Amino acid sequence: MQEKAMVVSRRKVLNWIGVTAGAAAMYQAMSSLGFAAESNYQRDFALSGAPKGTRVLILGAGLAGMTAAYELRKAGYQVKVLEFNAKPGGRCWTLRGGDRFTELGGATQHCEFDKGLYLNPGPWRIPYHHHAVLDYCHKFGVALEPFIQVNYNAMVHSTKAFDGKPQRYREVQADFQGHVAELLSKAVNQHGLDQALTREDRERLLEVMRKWGALDANNAYKKSLETSMRRGFAVDDGGGLMPEAVPSEPIDCKALLDSNLWQSIASGQEYEFQSSIFQPVGGMDMIAQAFQKQVNDLIHYNAKVTRIQQNDQGVTVTYQNSDGSGGAQQEQADWCVCTLPLSILGQLPVDVSAPMMSAIRAVPYESSIKVGLQFKRRFWEQDEHIYGGISYTDTPISKISYPSTDYGKQGKGVLLGAYIWGPNAYEFTAMSPQMRVQKAVEYGTQVHGQYPAEFENGIAVGWHRVPWTNGCYGLWTPETRQQHYKNLCQIDGRIVLAGEHASYIPAWMEGAILSSQDAIKRLHTHIIASAKAA
Amino acid sequence: MRTTLTPAILAGLLVSACAFAEDAPMLSTSGKFDQPGGEALFNQVCQGCHMAEGQGSHGAGAYPALAANPKLGAKVYPVFMVTSGQGGMPGFKKYMDDQQIASVVNYVRTHFGNHYADSVTVEDVQAVTRR
Repeated sequence: MQEKAMVVSRRKVLNWIGVTAGAAAMYQAMSSLGFAAESNYQRDFALSGAPKGTRVLILGAGLAGMTAAYELRKAGYQVKVLEFNAKPGGRCWTLRGGDRFTELGGATQHCEFDKGLYLNPGPWRIPYHHHAVLDYCHKFGVALEPFIQVNYNAMVHSTKAFDGKPQRYREVQADFQGHVAELLSKAVNQHGLDQALTREDRERLLEVMRKWGALDANNAYKKSLETSMRRGFAVDDGGGLMPEAVPSEPIDCKALLDSNLWQSIASGQEYEFQSSIFQPVGGMDMIAQAFQKQVNDLIHYNAKVTRIQQNDQGVTVTYQNSDGSGGAQQEQADWCVCTLPLSILGQLPVDVSAPMMSAIRAVPYESSIKVGLQFKRRFWEQDEHIYGGISYTDTPISKISYPSTDYGKQGKGVLLGAYIWGPNAYEFTAMSPQMRVQKAVEYGTQVHGQYPAEFENGIAVGWHRVPWTNGCYGLWTPETRQQHYKNLCQIDGRIVLAGEHASYIPAWMEGAILSSQDAIKRLHTHIIASAKAA
Repeated sequence: MRTTLTPAILAGLLVSACAFAEDAPMLSTSGKFDQPGGEALFNQVCQGCHMAEGQGSHGAGAYPALAANPKLGAKVYPVFMVTSGQGGMPGFKKYMDDQQIASVVNYVRTHFGNHYADSVTVEDVQAVTRR
């Protein structure tokens, strides 16, 4: 669209187009940061022909580390993995009833969820174009189910609009689209687009706006059966002698624009949130467990890496037991794939070149919070007919997400009661776990009045307090990428790095796996070439 | 410590947050940190990593202690750290104004066993933030 060519008469239309341009600009910005980049995946990834007896030491048994372990062993390498935790997966992690989580600072939470209920503190969804994650899921037999991202019957909530009463997503979506279609039609009829469009195009645009916005024959968006087919009815159609349908009243255009609620509508249209999206049945760590079945015998758990040395002969990694017991131990190998988060790696003495060390130290780690809340019953389904999906609120909890599984099940349910970025994420991190849960309940009550009566228990994870990552993910900027990214990804002597931080798909499992595949492919090529030269 | 909240406990908490010796915090609504003072900024931001007594913590990596930390002696150092971050630590320039940065640095440099008399001024901060 050439927005500059549009001479539009009404300020509101201009405003709206400005908003659209803003969204497009934001999307571009996100692309340049890597958020919207597509997975560049080579199906049937496989390496072969490792020089006999070549040893590779992998640091970290998250998805990047386990991908490397799985593929390198298949290629014929002697592989060993050192992992800080007592289990694999890293940020691919699920909390269930009976689990215990001790965060940095020492606070311990005991998860009291009922059997079958869980929280994914880290990744929780897999877009259909994250081919590498999906392929390993298919290969390893990880059962997947749809993750509901957009739910037209979920809530959008602003404390500053409609007296703080949550509105239904479908009403806001339909009414915003309808009002915008009406405004654009007015702009056409008031000759505001005469310079930008031919007469035929203007007529076509009017016709499209009538269909797109559910406008009437006079290009107006108003209460009717047609608009209710979009936004829902005051009384739904029934059978037999049940009452006839009663159309619903659209939200006033100005009130809707003033509410800002429509800003939540664009999120589900972004590439990485478009249908179809998946989740593993039973929790995200089903993926970690599936990898574990393949490579568990290679992993040395409870090993905290304290030093990484290399020379032209090989790599020596010093580690100790994660609980501090025992003395320094060492592991030697010919090559090393290091998947430790940069927030951890940057604190260690590491023998790498100055450019790589600068790159390792150039990436801050983002703050994020998730809170899982267990309720006595699935009131969001029973009372409000919300099955999966996400409600948006301008309170600090930001989002409430309903389980995309076990619909209609009697008994207890767990929802995601807060998913927070930005300043509020830091503020939640600084609270005790109990206070985080209390605050999530307090703010969530503004969206669902059932909270106080139905709430049972909760668990809260602030990623800056997670002992194995010191943060959520590596936060690149266009400037730091320009200066450091290639230096971070280069093979440095006998060491190569991998993980979401070494990808253009930060914070996503796809980034971790693609980064790992690319790193070991380059390393393998390098090793073969070195062996031939020797 | 068990952290599960029953409705009864929650109700008690809502009446008196003092039950956990932790005041119910006011959360920022502006998209930046709204806390004006150094103590509130420390408690609601820095504490997340550096902990309540500025003692830091250890896991696979560490968060450095601010308590009795000689690096705080050079006042430009904490100003730079809060502004720009370093390593895994994010900078807070986009979330705090220069007065807030001065306030929180002054708070840290006069608490947790630190006793530096040379206050950081807004001008000192501006020399680093350049805004």
